[in-house]
Amino acid sequence: MKDDKLVIGGHEFSSRFILGSGKYSLSLIEAAVKYAGAELITLAVRRTNSKEHENILDYIPKEVTLLPNTSGARNADEAVRIARLARELGCGDFVKIEIMRDTKYLLPDNQETIRATEILAKEGFVVMPYMYPDLNTARDLVNAGAASVMPLASPIGSNKGLATKDFIQILIDEIDLPIIVDAGIGRPSQACEAMEMGAAAVMSNTALATAGDLPVMAEAFKQAIEAGRKAYLSGLGRVLTRGAAPSDTLTGFLHD
Amino acid sequence: MENHYFVDSDKLSEAALKKKHELETNPASRTDHMKYMEGMEQIKSDIMDKVITEMKNYDYSQYTARDVNTALNHENCTVEDFKALLSPAAEPFLEKMAQRAKLETQKHFGNTVYLFTPLYIANYCENYCVYCGFNCYNDIRRMRLDMEQIEHEMKVIADSGMEEILLLTGESRAQSSVEYIGEACKLARKYFRMVGIEVYPLNTDEYRYLHECGVDYVTVFQETYDSDCYEQLHLMGHKRVWPYRFEAQERALMGGMRGIACSALLGLSDFRKDALASALHVYFLQRKYPQAEISLSCPRLRPIINNDEINPLDVHEKQLCQILCAYRIFLPFCGITVSSRESESFRNGIVKIAATKVSAGVSTGIGDHESKYTGKESEAAEGDEQFEINDGRSFDKMYKDMSEEGLQPVLNDYLYV
Repeated sequence: MKDDKLVIGGHEFSSRFILGSGKYSLSLIEAAVKYAGAELITLAVRRTNSKEHENILDYIPKEVTLLPNTSGARNADEAVRIARLARELGCGDFVKIEIMRDTKYLLPDNQETIRATEILAKEGFVVMPYMYPDLNTARDLVNAGAASVMPLASPIGSNKGLATKDFIQILIDEIDLPIIVDAGIGRPSQACEAMEMGAAAVMSNTALATAGDLPVMAEAFKQAIEAGRKAYLSGLGRVLTRGAAPSDTLTGFLHD
Repeated sequence: MENHYFVDSDKLSEAALKKKHELETNPASRTDHMKYMEGMEQIKSDIMDKVITEMKNYDYSQYTARDVNTALNHENCTVEDFKALLSPAAEPFLEKMAQRAKLETQKHFGNTVYLFTPLYIANYCENYCVYCGFNCYNDIRRMRLDMEQIEHEMKVIADSGMEEILLLTGESRAQSSVEYIGEACKLARKYFRMVGIEVYPLNTDEYRYLHECGVDYVTVFQETYDSDCYEQLHLMGHKRVWPYRFEAQERALMGGMRGIACSALLGLSDFRKDALASALHVYFLQRKYPQAEISLSCPRLRPIINNDEINPLDVHEKQLCQILCAYRIFLPFCGITVSSRESESFRNGIVKIAATKVSAGVSTGIGDHESKYTGKESEAAEGDEQFEINDGRSFDKMYKDMSEEGLQPVLNDYLYV
């Protein structure tokens, strides 16, 4: 377990919990990072203030890697411009691509996401695309140079958990990049389940933002994600679902 | 009880008074409010029919406590559920509605609240809308800021910390042309991260031009969705044309704007029907333009200069709260703005339930930000206000108060890319 690292685009992380930051008070970010043990935290570029009033960057501990997102982008071109702006602002080379053409459900536009990934990967970004779990799209993202694939579990903000479980499992089984489950994870138990399935990491924001006690919930997520990871590595999850052996073998009739 | 709107200024000429009285008393002297005037673009859209049909068929007295309970137990609020939540039968369920609304707001917006301020740049108006302080017969100090004055106002506001601005004018093409508004918007982009407008309705190509000038958000209030009632309140001018106003948001989206806001002015007509129509207006717009960012406001009638008795009649704070909770439950992803027409205590409470945006550092007058912000007496002329505000908190005070309520103030949520 000690050497079990999450590797994204050549960068190593010990924590498998990625924190969203857009929905709660800036003053709570530090506590959330601390209790969740997070090493990666998202940052909505569109939210950054141009003046001195409470800049989010001042609240994020220096050792944490920033993951700027392109929320607000409606197509690949806008996402690319936001990513470049993030880099100019000194937010590093990581970028989470979010492209939405729908303000009601905020579902990602897979096609535009592939296009943006291709452009940004060529420019040296560590591209982490948020996507609707579709195997063909995921393969295209791999070919486009993505550093991970981030399928949604259920509609963002819904806290409904792994509604797309079977399709995420397909991505985990077929794609060689880290699969990071993003959006819709509402409870530590759901995060744990995603990790048992073999997800490389889990990202969450609303689940913490709507919790009664944010730091305690952050810690609960941390523990659930660690538990799920251990279960996955130990192989127990697989044994339970596929284990029981019949007493009479079906192949006993084979002689030579 | 009803509002008494008609006030005669002793400065009006005999001919003007005669015309005013004729408009007020003789419906035949007024133009056809359903007919587009020359130059007004007519688009093909079925949204108006859909909204008005639903509104006309809405009999809120038919809904019972059972319907309200059913609505509250549904995970997704249907149009029918929304009608129940807006009905008088839902009034005893206000606390339950507030609890549900709070959950929905949190899911979609977390604990954030956006701050903005309006900037009125001119108060000339060619319309006679009987409840409005800017109406052409009302005796007020008129003013139109020039670009230098506008820039000065913007600097004062930007220095306070504000990053989002809403530019407003009276409805006069002659005094506040599209080009004039466009130039003001270009200036605004120098000082603010986000620029919205609330001006007279425009054609698609004019919205496209203003979008190029830096505007991304268009607010148009329908005042009332009851066109017969509208006819009796908007007696003269371009604003009298009801369908052209209704289609303004759609033209704005066709012109490339990112977002729109709708509302009725509550207290003018049957508020339950107006609230239903307002929400369905954005609901159908969002279905047709799924990329559009949509929001609702909820202004109530306020006193104006020369008529301090105008009030929102039966729309008390409880009813307003019911409407806002119903909006939130029906349209959980929709922005909801509560302006300084409402009191400090109401706004402090409603941001924890349903509202996602509040104004601060507000003046509805012209060219008076410096005197209002600094207390310094201005040597320059100032124009009178559109209505009396009810919450005069400064930007700093609002920022602090919202933080103390446990909310995270957000000054900007958009990048021009």
